[in-house]
Amino acid sequence: MNIKLIADIAKSLLLARWRQSLVAAIGVTFSITMFIALLGFMNGLNDLLDGLILNRTPHVRLFNEIKPNPNQPINLTSDFQDGHNFIQSIKSSGVRLEIHNGGAILEALKVDPRVLGISPKISSPVLYNSGTIDITGVVSGIDVIAESALFFFKDYVREGAPLDLKNVSNSIILGKGVAEKLLAEIGDVVQVTTSKGDRLPLKVVGTFQSGIADFDKIQSFASIATVQKLLGKPNTYITDIQIKLKDLNTAPVVAKEYARLFQADAEDIQTANSQFETGSSIRSLISYAVGIVLLVVAGFGIYNILNMMIYEKMDTIAILKATGFSGSDVRKIFLGIALTIGLLGGLMGLVLGFSLSLIIDQVPFNTAALPTIKTYPINYNPKFYLIGITFSLITTYLAGFFPARKASKIDPVIIIRGK
Amino acid sequence: MTKTVLQSTNINKYFKDPVLSQVLKDISFSVDQGEFVSITGKSGCGKSTLLYILSTMDTDYEGDLRIDGDLMRGKTEAELARIRNEKIGFVFQFHYLLNEFTVLKNVMLPGLKLKKYSETEVEHRAMERLKTLGIDALALKKANQLSGGEKQRVAIARALINDPIIIMGDEPTGNLDKKNSDIVFDIFKQLCAEYKQTLLIVTHDQSFAENTHRIIEMEDGRIIG
Repeated sequence: MNIKLIADIAKSLLLARWRQSLVAAIGVTFSITMFIALLGFMNGLNDLLDGLILNRTPHVRLFNEIKPNPNQPINLTSDFQDGHNFIQSIKSSGVRLEIHNGGAILEALKVDPRVLGISPKISSPVLYNSGTIDITGVVSGIDVIAESALFFFKDYVREGAPLDLKNVSNSIILGKGVAEKLLAEIGDVVQVTTSKGDRLPLKVVGTFQSGIADFDKIQSFASIATVQKLLGKPNTYITDIQIKLKDLNTAPVVAKEYARLFQADAEDIQTANSQFETGSSIRSLISYAVGIVLLVVAGFGIYNILNMMIYEKMDTIAILKATGFSGSDVRKIFLGIALTIGLLGGLMGLVLGFSLSLIIDQVPFNTAALPTIKTYPINYNPKFYLIGITFSLITTYLAGFFPARKASKIDPVIIIRGK
Repeated sequence: MTKTVLQSTNINKYFKDPVLSQVLKDISFSVDQGEFVSITGKSGCGKSTLLYILSTMDTDYEGDLRIDGDLMRGKTEAELARIRNEKIGFVFQFHYLLNEFTVLKNVMLPGLKLKKYSETEVEHRAMERLKTLGIDALALKKANQLSGGEKQRVAIARALINDPIIIMGDEPTGNLDKKNSDIVFDIFKQLCAEYKQTLLIVTHDQSFAENTHRIIEMEDGRIIG
């Protein structure tokens, strides 16, 4: 087929009514611009909100939970195998919170190829003492370096240096809410009492703000050694092992395997935070739906303009057909017009969408809940741009299809005789 | 032995809307190469209808139509378009030039579609034909900047671009004044005499018809002489 000739004719028809063509293209441009900006912004927010929880949540967490023994004595006897056993007033067994043989487990995890990194942790409920008031809270003993590398701990420390936790003995980083209640500033010493009644003075080296206010009102961090000292435990004592995997989606499988292998409880991120996955996917769905609706509206605009163009160009179509252009040539000409509008409008939309994203990215956005965020978050994933241009071509193709088919079926005799 | 360019055998045509009526009745005739034939008759006698059937644009008829010895029945739309492109040149009552293009491009379009010659060659051939018709000076003007007579001459140049075996005209002088009618007629005459071009022209202009080789007169859908 003579593509060049068809393209040439399409171009001439397009330019002959360039104002209409421009309006149609602007319709597409507007839709794609909004599509790109909306998806970029929505996904930026998604990443931010997911990060709020997911960045700080281990993919798999190993710990020992206080719970009743699943193997109650009655299950061990063969006498009642056939019946259903009702036992009342079962109590949880006095399990040790310490992860048994923690050192060996850490070594085993370090060589597991699926594991990106591990961070041991001790959680201990405490009372912060301030004059006559006791405030309940939790002190977590962490490895500052591993915690920063895996869970972005540094980002949330508002004042002070995170590494002081490691370098200064008996030091603590208080949650923002805790620090406000205790009126504690860097350099102050706060008294911390454990559930066993042991009391230890700790020096404040910083405050942190996670973005979740309730969390900040109870949580503080200290080094592992400090918490071990606080609890009077040996230096092998750890209660949690936090594991970050290379592939987040394998977490449930890996968690089950570790639970069996290390004889501890293992919780995966999907179970711990299932609601966040749901929220993200719903938000994405909404932004895609809005974007596609915009494109469909633009598609109707193109459909109208092409229809109008065909009515105006009846004579042209008739004469093309009379001089030897077939119906399929005419169809290709009008599809060519539609796709040109779609492609040019779409490309302009990508550029403008990117510009709009850049502008949104500069808009200040300060909120107490999100300490590390200064401007609106934007996701510049090229995937959205690819989807945008693909959709603009598909919509304009569909919008052009029916008018083009109508043009191809125009009977030149009727037009020529009708004069 | 002259070659038969176009042959129609027992062509019947019915209009079904609003009521069934027969507009063409057993039309049989042939046109030989180099003939200048005119079809005349009163308004509504079916002469234009016949021309559209002969031009392959109207395919809803009974009977056989052969162009260049080739039976038109059963051909696809694309094949018929190809035949119109290659073998038939058209001149209509209204000029039907494409206003989006220059005069030269208008003449070139059917040639570019045929793809028998390269683009530069088609351009050269188009200029030749414009020169023959004395309008080469207008080549780069837009089609809508021309006068009626000039437009019709451009349309004739376009009809000639692919060296068609027959030129069909539907009232080609119907919309022109006396002076321009004479110019167009003289061009047809010249094409016939110098290039042995076959012409089949529908007209109701008696003085035009009388100067052609053969007159086919129609009345009520029949050929009467």
